[in-house]
Amino acid sequence: MKPAPFAYLRPQGLQHALEALAADPGAKVLAGGQSLVPLLSMRLAAPSTLVDINALPGLDRVWADDDGVHVGALARHADVLASPDVRRVQPLVSQALSQVAHATIRNRGTTVGSIVHADAAAEMPMVITLLGGSVTVASTAGERTIPAEELYAGPLESTLRHDEVAVHATFPALAPGEGVGFAEVARRHGDYALVGVGAVVRIDGDDVVSARAGYLSVSDVPTVVDLTETWGDHDAAAHRALSALDPADDIHATAAYRAHLVRVLTARVLAAAYDDARTRASAGRDRDDG
Amino acid sequence: MTTKMFGEPVQRVEDQRFLRGQGHYADDLLVGQQVLQAAVLRSPHAHARIVDIDVSEVLDVEGVHLVWTYDDLTGPMAPTMGEPLPLLIPHPQLTHGRTQYALAKDEVNYVGEAIAFVVADDRYLAEDAVGRIRVTYDFLPPVVGIPAARAAEHLVHDDVPGNVAARLEQANGDARAAIAAAPHTLSLDLEVERSASTPLEGRGTVARWDPDTARLTVWTSTQTSTGVRAAVAAKLGMDLGQVEVVTPDVGGGFGVKINHPWPEELLVPLAARTLRRPVKFIEDRREHFVSAAHERGQVHHVEVGYDDDGRVLGLDVQFWHDNGAYTPYGIVLPIITSTQLLGPYKPGAYRVVFESLYTNTVMCTPYRGAGRPQGCFVMERTMDAIAAALGKDRLEVRSANFIQPDEFPYDHGLIFQDGRQLEYDSGDYPASLAKLRELIGWDEFPAFREEMAREGRRVGIGLACYVEGTGVGPYEGAHVHIETSGKVKIATGLTTQGQGHATAFAQIAADALGVPFESVEVVTGDTRRMPYAVGTFASRAAVMSGSAIHLAALRAREKVLRIAAEALEAAEDDLEIVDGVISVKGTPGGTASIDLGTVAVLSNPLRYAFDEASKAATQFTVGDPGKPPVAEDDEPGLEGKDFYSPDRSTFANGMHAVIVETDPDTAEITILKYAVVHDCGRLINPMIVEGQILGGIAQGVGGALYERMAYDESGQLVNASFMDFLMPYVTEIPAHIDIDHLETPSPLNPLGIKGAGEAGVIPSAAVFASAISDAEGFAITAMPISPSELFGLRRTHASAEPVETKERS
Repeated sequence: MKPAPFAYLRPQGLQHALEALAADPGAKVLAGGQSLVPLLSMRLAAPSTLVDINALPGLDRVWADDDGVHVGALARHADVLASPDVRRVQPLVSQALSQVAHATIRNRGTTVGSIVHADAAAEMPMVITLLGGSVTVASTAGERTIPAEELYAGPLESTLRHDEVAVHATFPALAPGEGVGFAEVARRHGDYALVGVGAVVRIDGDDVVSARAGYLSVSDVPTVVDLTETWGDHDAAAHRALSALDPADDIHATAAYRAHLVRVLTARVLAAAYDDARTRASAGRDRDDG
Repeated sequence: MTTKMFGEPVQRVEDQRFLRGQGHYADDLLVGQQVLQAAVLRSPHAHARIVDIDVSEVLDVEGVHLVWTYDDLTGPMAPTMGEPLPLLIPHPQLTHGRTQYALAKDEVNYVGEAIAFVVADDRYLAEDAVGRIRVTYDFLPPVVGIPAARAAEHLVHDDVPGNVAARLEQANGDARAAIAAAPHTLSLDLEVERSASTPLEGRGTVARWDPDTARLTVWTSTQTSTGVRAAVAAKLGMDLGQVEVVTPDVGGGFGVKINHPWPEELLVPLAARTLRRPVKFIEDRREHFVSAAHERGQVHHVEVGYDDDGRVLGLDVQFWHDNGAYTPYGIVLPIITSTQLLGPYKPGAYRVVFESLYTNTVMCTPYRGAGRPQGCFVMERTMDAIAAALGKDRLEVRSANFIQPDEFPYDHGLIFQDGRQLEYDSGDYPASLAKLRELIGWDEFPAFREEMAREGRRVGIGLACYVEGTGVGPYEGAHVHIETSGKVKIATGLTTQGQGHATAFAQIAADALGVPFESVEVVTGDTRRMPYAVGTFASRAAVMSGSAIHLAALRAREKVLRIAAEALEAAEDDLEIVDGVISVKGTPGGTASIDLGTVAVLSNPLRYAFDEASKAATQFTVGDPGKPPVAEDDEPGLEGKDFYSPDRSTFANGMHAVIVETDPDTAEITILKYAVVHDCGRLINPMIVEGQILGGIAQGVGGALYERMAYDESGQLVNASFMDFLMPYVTEIPAHIDIDHLETPSPLNPLGIKGAGEAGVIPSAAVFASAISDAEGFAITAMPISPSELFGLRRTHASAEPVETKERS
């Protein structure tokens, strides 16, 4: 379990990193390394060059503004999870991050790295898709912003070109009337989920005006399903969700069990998101009243 | 008065080192000494003939020092390296024992079997080189799993008909007649899947050849240094005196490291001798999964006849053991299952027959528990099934079958794994069960279940009882040396994998000699210090080496008293040793006293003084000029050496109970309460025993709810990593476990002790199956179980008519 030979570069500026990537089609970006390094050690990946971006300045910021939460490419999961701004502006990010692996991995792994690694069993690609966020990428040709719905091309495949580096990701803020929920079932604490579900529910008074759910580990790419029309009918919601998903057998769970978990967790998470929306709405009213 | 150390929860002297990261494991050895590194080409196929191996691309790679395949091992370099590896434990019924070659000859029989061996400047280069070896295979159909092995449509070894390595039947009474005559009968089919020891440190071997003295030193992560030494000397064609094997710190064994010699344990020393350079092999995690050993896979069929009280009148068990591709460790595992299955019970008549079957998978050798978890699962599921059929409390049925305290020694009329009679030495099972009932809250559980049901929650309670034969022979020895500083050096030959031997053994020696615990130092697993030993397995270290150390220390004490009596002009019987000072009883610190260091000085007549104290032993100072300085029947120095070799094993026992919650929606299984009553005779160090129990339970939770070896039908192990082999994290283990001890001393050894190393893991599958069955209302018959499988079982049981076990009355 030792990597095959590779060239290693640790550029000090973004431009150098971009040039290095442009120069070698076999180059890979190394950020937190929590997915890439095991792949190298098992010789499942053998890039000719590793461009280590950990020395690049200014990429480790986490900040929030009216648009939402912004996470730099070198911000670790732990940094994002610890941010009170993130929890306030978009609580779904914090809820999902608390389920990402273990503390030691969150200390090293980067949120943006996880997003562009494009694993449909990972929490953050689903969360950014559900929230309708975006990723800003850079190359020697300049910067562009990719909306989350255009980010994923297939299993472990993003739409970033090989010469592009993701520099930051944006998660839109929680809008008035919205509430969120997240739950997953994993074999052990911190494992990839057998099934995970996140939801955003928007209410207007007592009425649900929008209900959307995103799913982990039951599709090739992060999948979001609009469940507004099936609100209040668990069976219909599950049916609609499952028609968009493709649960599969593996050594940890059968497809039938995963489909069952989709039903159970969809109901639980929609209820949690609804309760969250109600709580926030009433807290907002209290504030307005006060 | 010296504080008695035996029985005290002394903190482990090892932990300062281990917890500070100062442990010294195989990979930490000879660092900075230009050690060459080895890597192994392993078969990617489960069953194939090797047509051709092309190493030409490797030979010219810079930094590669050596590439070997089977053909390289048949020359004069090492005359017996071309033969199969040893069959360590032969048995008359193992009619078709097979072992692998150090490097595969003509055929591979499991994914992971060693084919070629490369030594290079570093492991990176060695792995690059392995990747350049081209092997041409002729594929053979793989035999995977017990059903395929039994069907024998394909054979693992051409010359082993039916894939049957061994068939063994034992009986006590006429079980089938007893079942036929019984008022009630049941039949059950029960299955346990494969798992493995998976120590955090895999296998590792380092060898250094000294060309000047023609001597080999081997450091290896093993559970038997003497075993490896004998094998290396024999296979490399060397005298035993030319080979020393030293066990460094070992990062866990759990059984897998008792098998030996591994191919690498021979190839590394041979390469070191050939290249005249130190060579190191450190197994990586994937290698450990596919090229070490597994255990546990068995399928069982039970027929039982019983009376209205649930008393077992006849028990007939048939089972099939998956031994993997080879049988280096003989048929110890199925023999243990077939005998230890009986647990604390005394069926009226018993017959057991097993077949040990070849499959194209990693071989099976003992893993903590070693056949007992399967036996316990079979017996305890049977007890639960009897209770369910009779509508009786599960404790009541067990009580009706217990061997009673006045029935010891209890002879089962069977032969145990050590070739000795299966005879229990002591125990008090009714007392243990009474403690467990209290500890888990058995009688309060129905109320708890109702309370939880009101909240929409589902809970179940289960228990399991076991008896474990521990401390098997043939022997262990100890050497005690009292230095002129008064410090005591103990050497015993068996090895240590984290058990705390340096602490527990020092407690025994301190008590026997009357010295402070702090002045005792223990060395284990070093053939330079104690060349006669067996190894650390079968919960035997405390019983075997503990007893030997006690006996050796008493011998040293005899000599101390003899010399001290002479010096103090007192009778030996009047002396005592307290805190390392010998004085007349009742007058501690009086003028008539002498310390142990001075006695050590006096014990060794000197020509040359080396310090102030040693002047007392020089030739113009001591001794009767008319006699030889060392008497004819005496030896210089203050030493004691002795061996302990028992008639048979000593039988520890225990009972576990658990309360689990099963989520009605997700089928997730949560442990709410876990309780243990444990009886390993007299406790040397309760804290260490408790640690063993807790660790065993953690491993048992893994085996029952998380871990399995997922082979696909082509014989690929598809979960060969810690990402997919689900060793439980601390978050999966109950935060609190209630433990109570019963101490029924063993009459077989001087200290009254029994083994404790494996106990915690034995009843896990049984106790969880019992509790989950209780929560769900249907019987769990196969372990381990995952939420996905529980969900599947719920569906099966909901859609089918309630399946009653076949009841005939």
